[in-house]
Amino acid sequence: MKPVPRIKLKVNGQEYQVEVPADITLLELLREYLSLTGTKEGCGKGECGACTVLMDGQAVNSCLVPAAKAEGSEVLTIEGLASPDGRLHPLQEAFISEGAVQCGFCTPGMIMSAKALLDQNPHPTREEIKVALSGNLCRCTGYAKIITAVEKAAAMIAGEGRG
Amino acid sequence: MAYTVVGKSINRVDAVAKVTGQAKYTGDFIERDMLVGKILRSPYAHAIVKNIDVSKARALPGVEAVLTYADVPKIKFATAGHPYALDPKHRDKEDRTILTSKARFVGDAIAAVVATDELTAAEALKLIEVEYEVLEPLLTPEAAMREGAPLIHDDCERNILSSYGYEIGAIEEAFQEADYIFEDELETSIVQHCQLENHVSCAYVDSDGRIVIVTSTQIPHIVRRIVGQALGIPWGRVRVIKPCVGGGFGSKQDVCLEPLTALMTLAVGGRPVRLELSREECMIDTRTRHAIKYKIKTGVSKDGKLIGMHIAAISNTGAYASHGHSIAMAGGTKFRILYPMKALKYEPLTVYTNLPVAGAMRGYGSPQITFAVESHLENIARKLGIDPIEFRKKNLVNVGYVDPLNGNTVRSCGIRECIEKGKELIKWDEKKARYKNQAGTKRRGLGMACFSYASGTHPVGLEMAGARIVLNQDGSVQLQIGATEIGQGSDTVFAQMVAEVLGIPVDMVHVISTQDTDITPFDTGAYASRQTYITGMAVAKAALEVKEKILDFVWGMTDIPAHALDIKEQNIVYKHSGEVVMPLAEVALHTYYDTVFARPITSDTSNNARINAFVFGVTFAEVEVDLKTGKIEVLEIYNVHDSGKIINPQLAEGQVHGGVGMGIGYALAEQMLFDEKTGKPLNNNLLDYKMPTIMDIPDIGVAFVETFEPTSPFGCKALGEPPTIPVAPAIRNAVLDATGVAFNRLPMNPQRVFEKFKEAGLI
Repeated sequence: MKPVPRIKLKVNGQEYQVEVPADITLLELLREYLSLTGTKEGCGKGECGACTVLMDGQAVNSCLVPAAKAEGSEVLTIEGLASPDGRLHPLQEAFISEGAVQCGFCTPGMIMSAKALLDQNPHPTREEIKVALSGNLCRCTGYAKIITAVEKAAAMIAGEGRG
Repeated sequence: MAYTVVGKSINRVDAVAKVTGQAKYTGDFIERDMLVGKILRSPYAHAIVKNIDVSKARALPGVEAVLTYADVPKIKFATAGHPYALDPKHRDKEDRTILTSKARFVGDAIAAVVATDELTAAEALKLIEVEYEVLEPLLTPEAAMREGAPLIHDDCERNILSSYGYEIGAIEEAFQEADYIFEDELETSIVQHCQLENHVSCAYVDSDGRIVIVTSTQIPHIVRRIVGQALGIPWGRVRVIKPCVGGGFGSKQDVCLEPLTALMTLAVGGRPVRLELSREECMIDTRTRHAIKYKIKTGVSKDGKLIGMHIAAISNTGAYASHGHSIAMAGGTKFRILYPMKALKYEPLTVYTNLPVAGAMRGYGSPQITFAVESHLENIARKLGIDPIEFRKKNLVNVGYVDPLNGNTVRSCGIRECIEKGKELIKWDEKKARYKNQAGTKRRGLGMACFSYASGTHPVGLEMAGARIVLNQDGSVQLQIGATEIGQGSDTVFAQMVAEVLGIPVDMVHVISTQDTDITPFDTGAYASRQTYITGMAVAKAALEVKEKILDFVWGMTDIPAHALDIKEQNIVYKHSGEVVMPLAEVALHTYYDTVFARPITSDTSNNARINAFVFGVTFAEVEVDLKTGKIEVLEIYNVHDSGKIINPQLAEGQVHGGVGMGIGYALAEQMLFDEKTGKPLNNNLLDYKMPTIMDIPDIGVAFVETFEPTSPFGCKALGEPPTIPVAPAIRNAVLDATGVAFNRLPMNPQRVFEKFKEAGLI
């Protein structure tokens, strides 16, 4: 039998201790053991970015992170982005109002990559936004409204003094 | 016409669910103890299975079932997502079984396992022993049509699936009449949809013994029928549920996984099984876009009028028919309305090869033929020394034109306005003058291309749509449609239509986004850019019926005749004065609870739209070509569309952005590559297959010329597929303008461009 380690981590502010097979990824841990299915798998190889989450503030492809590596870390997924009172994050609001969502499958990863960017660079240029999202593929939108949505979210955050 | 909700950029009805991670896609239906299915794929492009031994796989702990071709029904079925044809002559080609004893491409499904988990399933596949007799792989249509070539399917001579074409007028006479004759050969590459969500299906048997399939599809009602056919069971024993879909672009207008998933659950006593393809599998064993080679010969008069055109096409359909026969014909049909001419002869050959199966992909044959024809016309204009835009304008269609073969009529047409708008947006004249005499290694150029397309499939296909509306106690409504939301925004535009008719805000229209063939009205699904136009008719019909019933009910309550009433801003009002009679919510409450007259209001209706509407548009592109590296950069690009009245400008713009992005990939980078000897795929993943990233797409300009299409209740026409159609030829024509080099093949990637520049003596 494979060893079954117990992994301790914090996801969306909540502490978890989960027993999982040794060979699973952080993506599988989130989706199959914590029922956080908002994070998507588009390739399983780190090529498409659909599974992007924040691990200790860094955007990572959760399909490439062994679950055991997440031991002791703080993970933020799309489900944890809105305020506990249900108020949407400016990125979520801007993706809606700018029409940056179509099929929605790349959206959680896009938003998490954008969150990592805005956390480090609250006033990015369009070029900086493109670089930050260059690991996230989208086939529906031609990326146009996604860039605009990130710009708008940055302006909203600056206006609100909120991060 | 003055609308209050139609024509407004309201937010998508599913946007909150999608930005919060709450939207459920097929892969999110994770049941406890769900079993995992996996497919054993042929390593050979063309081979016969001589012997297969699954005993070791079956003996592996955790393996619940192993299936081979010997375990599947001996029924050949067709997978194309078309409505069933009562006429046997119009049915799709039934050329496959669920698993096969003859491999027809690298990746063909030979056997399958169901196991408790992914790793066990993968392990079990390795334990299946197969002995193959390897046949000659036929990797090009030329090889497949060669005299004496082995047959991929026994009943198709020279491996030709179909050769159905047409001739309008007399082509030879037209060529004699013409002052000039021009000829070109052009070809496109095999590309893939690359929707972000791979193909995935789950299935189980419910307590009534029916097979329930949750699947990522554009065509749930068609899936039900095809699973029934493939398994040889009554269609009503199959229930198909379609949750959120992570993109399709045509690859899910085909039945790829569902029959096998159904068979898998039957093999394990009805326990739930999930079959989810990896990206690598998805890129070779779902569908691709046909590579097509064209030979075009055109006769032109001295004054620049097109007299006649002869197009011979060879379409590489891969290992199974799927939509192949239909795509060659559809492409050859929808483009021809744009430039009516005396004679047009179209001779397509759709040919089986030992490559992955080509099927429907955004544009359904039109991106290919539009690339060929619009490139060819550009070559002609240059040779004649005529302005390419003037040349096209001399030959454009007018309102009132009737297609001589199918009788479809142009009732609205904004192509001239589209061209003028595009010209102005890109500053055509100014830049043309500026780029006249360029030297140096970086050269700029301008190009454009036009297209025509249809709204749905009439008269070739049935155009049936269903809608159901229920008035709730509070004056809000539920809307159910058989049409599928796959990201394009159809749920939202239908909600707008209902809100418009019923005089209520969009948030009081609750759209049931999930299709369930047990519950959902019949509709053929998301394809042919049909839903806003075709399903829109059914939605309008249902909403009008509900409105009529509401006003009749008010007549009973108030003695005010229904024809004197209207609904505005959630109130019943006098039609002439707008004076409020009573709130809609009060009426709704009475329809449920009036002890004498209560009769809850619903509508459940279908619409058989025996009509079509032509759409038009144009791409204008400006490129900079680096002669030294062969890199082509798109500096500016504009798409201008006549899609009739735009129901939701923001969503419509989104469709155009996505289509242009896909068109840029088609023009400059994307192609599926195969080993020339073995047919093994070389780039079936998102790293080696060059689909555009955010870094590769310039700003995209979008404009609409809003004609009003009289056959639609809201004046709308198709938009979903069209934006991608004219992009590649516009870029190609811009490269020609910049460099004088006429590319006749897609994609124009740096290596090919560099080689061609060398050949042309530019470097």
